[in-house]
Amino acid sequence: MLASLEGAITAAVLALTAVGLSLVFGVMRVVNIAHGEFFMLGAVIAWWIAHSLGGHPVIGFSVALVAAPLVVGALAVAADMTILKRLNYDPERTIVATIGVLYIIQQMTLMGYGPDARPVEPPFNTRLAIPWVEHGAEGWAMIWPWGLGTTSYKLAVIGAAVVLLCGVWILMSRTRFGLVMRATQADRDMALAFGIPVERVYALVFGLGAALAALAGVLIVPIQQAHYLMGADPLLLSFIVVIIGGLGSLPGTVLAAVLIGMSDGIISVFFSPTLAKILATLLVGLVLVFRPQGLFGAQSE
Amino acid sequence: MSGGARAFALHGGLIVLLFVLQFVLPAYHHGNLARIMVLASYAVGYNILFGYTGLLSLGHALFFAAGMYGMGLGIQHLGLTPAPALLLGLMAGAAVSGALALLALRTTGVAFMIVTLMFAQAGYLTILYFGEYTRGDEGFVIQQAQRMLWGIDLSDPGSRYFAALILFGSCLMLSLWMVRSPFGKVLVAIRENEERVRMLGYDIFAHKLGAMIISGTIAAAAGASYGLLFGYAGASFASVQYSIFPLLWVLLGGAGTVLGPFIGTLFMFYLIDLSSGVTTAYMLIAGVALVLLTLFAPQGLMGELRRRVWRGLP
Repeated sequence: MLASLEGAITAAVLALTAVGLSLVFGVMRVVNIAHGEFFMLGAVIAWWIAHSLGGHPVIGFSVALVAAPLVVGALAVAADMTILKRLNYDPERTIVATIGVLYIIQQMTLMGYGPDARPVEPPFNTRLAIPWVEHGAEGWAMIWPWGLGTTSYKLAVIGAAVVLLCGVWILMSRTRFGLVMRATQADRDMALAFGIPVERVYALVFGLGAALAALAGVLIVPIQQAHYLMGADPLLLSFIVVIIGGLGSLPGTVLAAVLIGMSDGIISVFFSPTLAKILATLLVGLVLVFRPQGLFGAQSE
Repeated sequence: MSGGARAFALHGGLIVLLFVLQFVLPAYHHGNLARIMVLASYAVGYNILFGYTGLLSLGHALFFAAGMYGMGLGIQHLGLTPAPALLLGLMAGAAVSGALALLALRTTGVAFMIVTLMFAQAGYLTILYFGEYTRGDEGFVIQQAQRMLWGIDLSDPGSRYFAALILFGSCLMLSLWMVRSPFGKVLVAIRENEERVRMLGYDIFAHKLGAMIISGTIAAAAGASYGLLFGYAGASFASVQYSIFPLLWVLLGGAGTVLGPFIGTLFMFYLIDLSSGVTTAYMLIAGVALVLLTLFAPQGLMGELRRRVWRGLP
């Protein structure tokens, strides 16, 4: 029960990060290795804002929730226009370039922010205990054991992720920008011929993907701490999710995020976390080899 | 002088130069150069797959580590002497690269990169998982007494330099010979236009498989020698960073040139060496170099030389 709740938080944050990665891959055909660093930047910026504003945690956190994705998104747009655009979005060369971007962001953070992990106070954190029925001296009784419980903040993270994912879905399927994005995804040249500013769309999509990762970073930072190396795990997990869910398919990605997030917690209970990671990476490799369209490939177009 | 003789003169000249340098270099640079030659052999192996066959692998650390641990664990747990241990490392590298090739070569392009990345990551985690034998991140030291190869003490700087030179020289000459052979010419043709080569009746898969095994075995040879010469094997040599390094070296020196890997390793080693005196964030240099290279000089240093000065440079 508790494991699945923790799993749901992992899944929620993972879904946000992976949808960003999937969006970038789907529309631009660019594998963004630096995606995890955008996640990390979101968390670090959240710490920095909360730290420099001071006052009540709510103020800092809500400012960070708006500002961090904007800053990271702007940074990503800049990276797209200065680097990826000049590479003509060639898939292999952009991978090498984004590896470079990964090290630049990571090491700049190390220089500016230092190697310490730093916490951010959650805006609200009431403890919610989960009742448990136990047979005691006076027969069956309901008790609230210590340690078996969750906080309102963790539930809020799940709620926020669901709202955001619905937002992305509406953006993709109901708005003009979503239509333009899908047109670009379907056929870049045709979209260009219809007068869609493909390069602007690409820049915005790259920014949006990074902003989603940054949002996930802000949401997670009160639970985990902000650290300059924290981008590696989300990157790996997002890759796993995007590949298993089918490259470029949003519903598949979300479904796979829930699956991986939930099972990650449960596998870790039975096996050591290292073994769980080994199995997961091997699984991804094998899925790519034998089912390149992903396990839920039927759902993608 | 024909193109072939010129090429052999150039590469032989480099080896002679490296041989002479050991008598004049100060101790610090002497040690560095031995290390650079071993790492350059790793890059030479990488270049065969990336530069000549056009397959970008993000998992070569797996082969490097296979050689290093095949050798190291052989000495540590099986009580082997260095010569059979080196052989074990080579065989481990060949087996691992062959197995990965059979799987990964079913994919192309971006999927190939990710598959190699994922398997290398799984290999890295496996080394951590069996920490009881491999000592995980901490690694283990190979004692001086265990590093005597045919009565030569490989921990002595002079013989270490010489061993590194032999390794690098044979890798360099093997690579030069290979790219001039019909097999190597087919690899280049695959890089340029796979469909056309297939149409001409060549077995693409067999050639790629061969390239990947040769590349992986050279990487393993470099890994095994690194462990033996510097007396240490650790999990960090299997991490993603060590898959990125050869890519960086080869890109900088010039992919698809025989000398490129050495030039790239030399430059990058000293760049990082100098900058790590200034800041701990030395990987920043690597990141900036990667971005600038992909943007402005995708051909690398030797590639530019080939474009401007000597078109027949192998």
